[in-house]
Amino acid sequence: MDNNKITITINDRDYQVVAGQTIMQAADQCGYHIPRLCYHPKLSIEGACRVCIVQVEGAKNHVASCACPVADGMKIHTNTKELRQARRDIVELLLDNHPEDCHTCERDGNCELQRLAYSMGIRHRHFTGERKHYEKDLSGASVIRDPDKCILCGRCVRMCSEIQGVHCLTQAHRGFNTVVMPAYNLPFAETVCSGCGQCINVCPTASFVEKNHTQELFETLSDKSLVKVAQFAPSVRAAIGEAFGLAAGRNMEGELIAAMRKMGFDYVFDTQFAADLTIMEEGSEFLERIQSGGPLPLITSCSSAWMKYMEQFYPDLIDNISTAKSPMSMASALFKTYWAEKMDIAPKKILSVAAMCCTAKKYEAARPELDVNGMRATDIVVTTREMAWMIKSAGIDFVNIEPEKPDTPLGLSSGAGAIFGVTGGVMEAAVRTAYELYTGETLVDIEMAAIRGFQGIKEATVTIDGKDLRLVVAHGLGNAHQVMEMVREDPSRFHFVEIMGCPGGCIGGGGQPYATANSIPLDEEALRLRAQALYDLDRGKTIRRSHDNPDIQRLYKEFLGRPLSEKAHELLHTHYEAHLPKGIVSPNLKVV
Amino acid sequence: MTATYRIIVCDGTTCINSGARRLTALLKEHLDKHDLTETVTIGLSGCLGMCDKGPIMVVNPGYTIYGGLSEADIPKIVEEHLIKGQPIARLAIQEDHLYNRFFRVFGDDKFFGHQMRITLRNCGIIDPESIDDYLSLRGYEALAKAITDMTPEQVVAEVESSGLRGRGGAGFSTGTKWKFTAAQEATPKYVICNADEGDPGAFMDRSAIEGDPHTIVEGMAIAGYAVGADKGIVYIRAEYPLAIRRITKAIEDARAHGLLGDNVLGSDFSFDIEIRLGAGAFVCGEETALIHSIEGARGMPRPRPPYPSVRGLFGQPTLINNVETWANIPVIILDGANWFKTVGTETSKGTKVFALAGKVVNTGLIEVPMGTTLREIIYDIGGGIPQGKTFKAVQTGGPSGGCLPEEYLDTPIDYDSLAKAGSIMGSGGMIVIDEDSCMVDIAKFFLEFTQNESCGKCTPCREGTKRMLEILTRITEGKGQNGDIEKLERLGHMIIKSSLCGLGQSAPNPVLSTIKNFRVEYEEHITEGKCRARACSNLLTYEIIDTCVGCGACRKVCPVAAISGSPKKEHVIDQEKCVKCGMCFNTCKFDAIAKV
Amino acid sequence: MATTETTAKTTSATAAERLAQLKTYIAETQENEHPDSFLIAVLHKAQELYGYLPVEVMDEVAEQMGIPTAHIWGVATFYHYFSLTPPGQHVISICLGTACYVRGAGQILQALKDELKIDVGEVTPDGMFSLQPARCLGACGLAPVVMIDDKIHGELTPKRMVQLINQYRKQAKK
Ligand SMILES: Cc1cc2nc3c(=O)[nH]c(=O)nc-3n(C[C@H](O)[C@H](O)[C@H](O)COP(=O)(O)O)c2cc1C
Ligand code: SF4
Ligand code: SF4
Ligand code: SF4
Ligand code: SF4
Ligand code: SF4
Ligand code: SF4
Ligand code: SF4
Ligand code: SF4
Ligand code: FES
Ligand code: FES
Ligand code: FES
Repeated sequence: MDNNKITITINDRDYQVVAGQTIMQAADQCGYHIPRLCYHPKLSIEGACRVCIVQVEGAKNHVASCACPVADGMKIHTNTKELRQARRDIVELLLDNHPEDCHTCERDGNCELQRLAYSMGIRHRHFTGERKHYEKDLSGASVIRDPDKCILCGRCVRMCSEIQGVHCLTQAHRGFNTVVMPAYNLPFAETVCSGCGQCINVCPTASFVEKNHTQELFETLSDKSLVKVAQFAPSVRAAIGEAFGLAAGRNMEGELIAAMRKMGFDYVFDTQFAADLTIMEEGSEFLERIQSGGPLPLITSCSSAWMKYMEQFYPDLIDNISTAKSPMSMASALFKTYWAEKMDIAPKKILSVAAMCCTAKKYEAARPELDVNGMRATDIVVTTREMAWMIKSAGIDFVNIEPEKPDTPLGLSSGAGAIFGVTGGVMEAAVRTAYELYTGETLVDIEMAAIRGFQGIKEATVTIDGKDLRLVVAHGLGNAHQVMEMVREDPSRFHFVEIMGCPGGCIGGGGQPYATANSIPLDEEALRLRAQALYDLDRGKTIRRSHDNPDIQRLYKEFLGRPLSEKAHELLHTHYEAHLPKGIVSPNLKVV
Repeated sequence: MTATYRIIVCDGTTCINSGARRLTALLKEHLDKHDLTETVTIGLSGCLGMCDKGPIMVVNPGYTIYGGLSEADIPKIVEEHLIKGQPIARLAIQEDHLYNRFFRVFGDDKFFGHQMRITLRNCGIIDPESIDDYLSLRGYEALAKAITDMTPEQVVAEVESSGLRGRGGAGFSTGTKWKFTAAQEATPKYVICNADEGDPGAFMDRSAIEGDPHTIVEGMAIAGYAVGADKGIVYIRAEYPLAIRRITKAIEDARAHGLLGDNVLGSDFSFDIEIRLGAGAFVCGEETALIHSIEGARGMPRPRPPYPSVRGLFGQPTLINNVETWANIPVIILDGANWFKTVGTETSKGTKVFALAGKVVNTGLIEVPMGTTLREIIYDIGGGIPQGKTFKAVQTGGPSGGCLPEEYLDTPIDYDSLAKAGSIMGSGGMIVIDEDSCMVDIAKFFLEFTQNESCGKCTPCREGTKRMLEILTRITEGKGQNGDIEKLERLGHMIIKSSLCGLGQSAPNPVLSTIKNFRVEYEEHITEGKCRARACSNLLTYEIIDTCVGCGACRKVCPVAAISGSPKKEHVIDQEKCVKCGMCFNTCKFDAIAKV
Repeated sequence: MATTETTAKTTSATAAERLAQLKTYIAETQENEHPDSFLIAVLHKAQELYGYLPVEVMDEVAEQMGIPTAHIWGVATFYHYFSLTPPGQHVISICLGTACYVRGAGQILQALKDELKIDVGEVTPDGMFSLQPARCLGACGLAPVVMIDDKIHGELTPKRMVQLINQYRKQAKK
């Protein structure tokens, strides 16, 4: 027998399992799915919901399988009559303190609590009584909070502190009065929330949802006086299929374009084009700084949640941040200038809409410094989830639709633009271009394995013209925090830093489809498949470097001149400022 | 020539509140006046356990205990007793079994009662703020013995062999816990004294610290040596300022005497103690919540394993014991496990301190050998039920415990017998309940407490106790429904079995034990709308009976003007208007208002 | 580490002095191992200085200790000892411990609520009294018991309770 293996019985059958894991993990491997709610594999163990209880022979009480390690000879029961009743009653107790709102709820049909209640066989209530009631917090630009629907699993709090390191949320008060809230119960708009939306991703109910813009969008889409222009981010195509029951990792680019046209958009562009543009500007900025000894390392700025986080926690590093706008904001700026001119459309008549994997982009779009000629550049941002809902609501047969191509110009993109959606992608794309701009030679090995994958912090070195450039990539704000501490400590340690606010990068964005019935939010395998879809897209393209994109070349020739030109600065660059809203304590904030 | 006297004044919280310090000042004045300061000395003590008769002074020699003193009594005591040598019988507390233990401690076997003081051996005898007093009663000898004559393994073995079980509630073997902690390789290790004492109506630990803080310090230092910890922490309720001051002083004095700090008593062993305050959360008595609280976090428990002995404070091996457990340690080391084992029962060794309260003649703090029966405590020590009322139940174990009726009165006090009877030892609250209390209401009281103190982390406790409380509330309001008792049982069992920590795992106990033993009372409330104790105000009416003399007092206090009547004539209550506030009942001096 | 006296009394110190005292205290704690673990001790100190925990003070604590405000808020709201609103001039703590309950604390509480027209946890509109629940005050022998500021009053009846309140009111008029 393997030293590492122990024997346990589950429901009177013997199994050999690896020691050191929890009962829940062992049972998963033996084919028993124990119901669960507060557990999430990426977060610390809470043991709070008690839905995952099992019976262990010899134990006086039921045991939380998510928290209890297996032991040799353990006899476990997962489905006895007593357990079934206890679990059922526990879930009923959650429902008893929950609005009976499913029919009017954002998460109807996508809700873990709903599924759990159904699978527990709760067909009537025994214990109804007083229910908590709090005001909804609608103040946030990205995230909406409805404490009435919170079942106190604590996943959001752990996500926001353990993974994102933002520490925006806490459980406040205690007992029956416990409620998840930001410090001092401040309105979200005044808090440190980065808008990353990861709390939404992990919330099993509708207690956290994005600020919804679907109704507004439906209304404006029917406005005949407007020219409706849409763009969609790389990661949207890699994930939206999941909302329609398709397996993770199907690239639905063509279907999405077709569906958006059917919904009433006059033009549909691909944000990947603007990603190429971002690379041109950011890559040039990088080279310029290397040559002029400008503030290094250069830190990427395309992740919206990361930008808010940086302004709050690392304002001392603002000079290191790339001034290049995010692809979304570059594209929007061009719609209302270059493209409007070209098409002879009054910029005011243009409705610029972005379908994004991101909740923080809603906040970004409202930043006044991104306005062009006094107009908001991006009028409406909807998430992947919102877009999927709109497509369904409009009655479009998304899965079987005939794929279409994006409009041009501003539509054609290189493979480099596609991988923007995965952690490490921006760095990889930038290196492809920077290398050539600097050396004049073509980079042969363009896939950088060292900065692919989901390790939290990835480092690599590239040699450009005999010079070793040290690169670092981090995803998730908690990892970003660690990298920033390294930078603070020794600014010369890195030359180029890529940060993505969300775990996995935009493919794991806060606006991506909810986990399906048999999955968990931010499931590692689903993220991997989404990433693969983008890498495949890159590999399938003949043009894989941003500067080789003919539309990009044309844009510079016709309009911008060259990267970092005055025109480019005016439209494609921005600036950042320290923001210390209440609840920010100091740039030296510790992550405890 | 006047005799030499030593007067001990109780400086416990209750006595201070009933004026002990003012009387001490007065006493000093009078001693001054009569030039007695040379011959009469004054010492302070912790709670003597007679709080209901405070302020208390003990005059030695002679062991005259004066209680219920007023300012006018002081000159009399000085003149009659201290000068003329004639104790004042009128002021002395006599014939009271509750206090017999003092006589035993003072060496007078004649009055040996049912009590036996091990953990409280010094309380009331020494000045708790004087380390010299403590040293004079063999204080810190046990520590010296452990460090110089024993290996750490021997100390652990001695504690294990004594059979001591934790006094904080669960009754886990103390020696086993020490052994687990000692066996851990990781360092540093921590030793914690759990002085959170959250049980409502219990104050054993507070009194022990107020009365003899050095015992705790000594016990913890011995454990530090035994398990290999160099740091101790006393986690104590912020609501206990006097105890905090005394333990702080004890630690400082011990440090100054080389009994704490680097190289204790010149040995290689170093150990120091720090104090951390709680902030009003009962659940912080639970060990993992306590650890979180010391770490500066919300006091929410976490699943075990890992147990604190493996991963505790700051992730390090940690030994947590209750105040009373600690107080036993010096005795075990000094007098040996073999002696200790002679006290108590087969499975429960030593003594247990109880805070005896409720409907009993003598309320206060008592310490009895394990095996003493409930009847002995309530009737022999406690003096029975006052005002000729009938005993109904005794509640032990506080909000985690149960209510035992008459037929369990001969249950001997030990962990297992109490558990078998359907209650628990708990930390030492003991509340006597008479016919005037409604068992549903009592159950509701305890559940209200635990529900209010639930940390809110886990579903069964957070949501379940709320629903149980709602059901109990509607029963006491006469709105109970058929099936409510079964719902309480169903929820109660589920909460016990499924909750994360001991709070939830025991919160339903008072409800389930009253259902078990007093089910009829529940049924009467639900089906007949009747509360036999007349305690549930919604279920009773106030009526004026013929002893009414027509004084009109009730009419004046009634907030809703429900009472009418002319002077000197029998008054009447308009039942339509009456809101059952009970003001008239409390006001009538002629017992002319009846609850029916 | 020394502990603080814990009676929640506002000292007469000026705002600047209080802040300086708080900062000194925090600085002391930060020299220890596990400095973050002193959060509760620091909040005790802040409450001792200010009588309650004003938001600006919690911000200050966050800043000085480098602990996120959300965490401080979570802690401050968890423990009943910490008050987030200024207390009344006189703090009435009514013991709801078992001994007191069995001896009629419920009626005393009702009398208090009726007389002050506030609920537990509230302050009278004139700022004179705040009403708090307490668990055992350790004076069970005198049950039922209330503590007004730091003075214990025992063996109460609803009537005596009201008289007591009136005494405090009379004193205030003087
Ligand atoms: C809700 C709850 C409250 C508790 N309160 C206390 C307490 O106030 N004092 C105490 O010593 N133990 C308390 N305990 C028990 C402790 O968790 C722990 O078992 C004890 O301190 C261990 O010491 P012992 O072995 O010496 O009893 C409590 C347990 C629970 C579940
Ligand atoms: S969160 Fe889920 S259970 Fe709650 S109302 Fe919405 S859909 Fe229903
Ligand atoms: S789920 Fe049931 S209740 Fe809801 S709409 Fe369908 S049938 Fe009606
Ligand atoms: S959106 Fe992100 S930063 Fe904001 S509360 Fe949620 S997890 Fe925290
Ligand atoms: S908001 Fe959602 S994730 Fe957060 S505790 Fe509540 S139910 Fe859980
Ligand atoms: S990583 Fe992508 S989805 Fe996440 S915040 Fe940044 S831009 Fe938005
Ligand atoms: S049982 Fe109660 S006190 Fe214990 S963890 Fe659960 S909610 Fe908190
Ligand atoms: S107070 Fe008593 S005696 Fe006086 S009128 Fe009322 S019932 Fe009669
Ligand atoms: S119980 Fe209250 S309302 Fe009823 S008659 Fe007496 S004083 Fe009046
Ligand atoms: S999943 Fe195990 S307790 Fe919640
Ligand atoms: S406080 Fe003096 S006898 Fe208890
Ligand atoms: S229960 Fe009120 S003082 Fe103890």
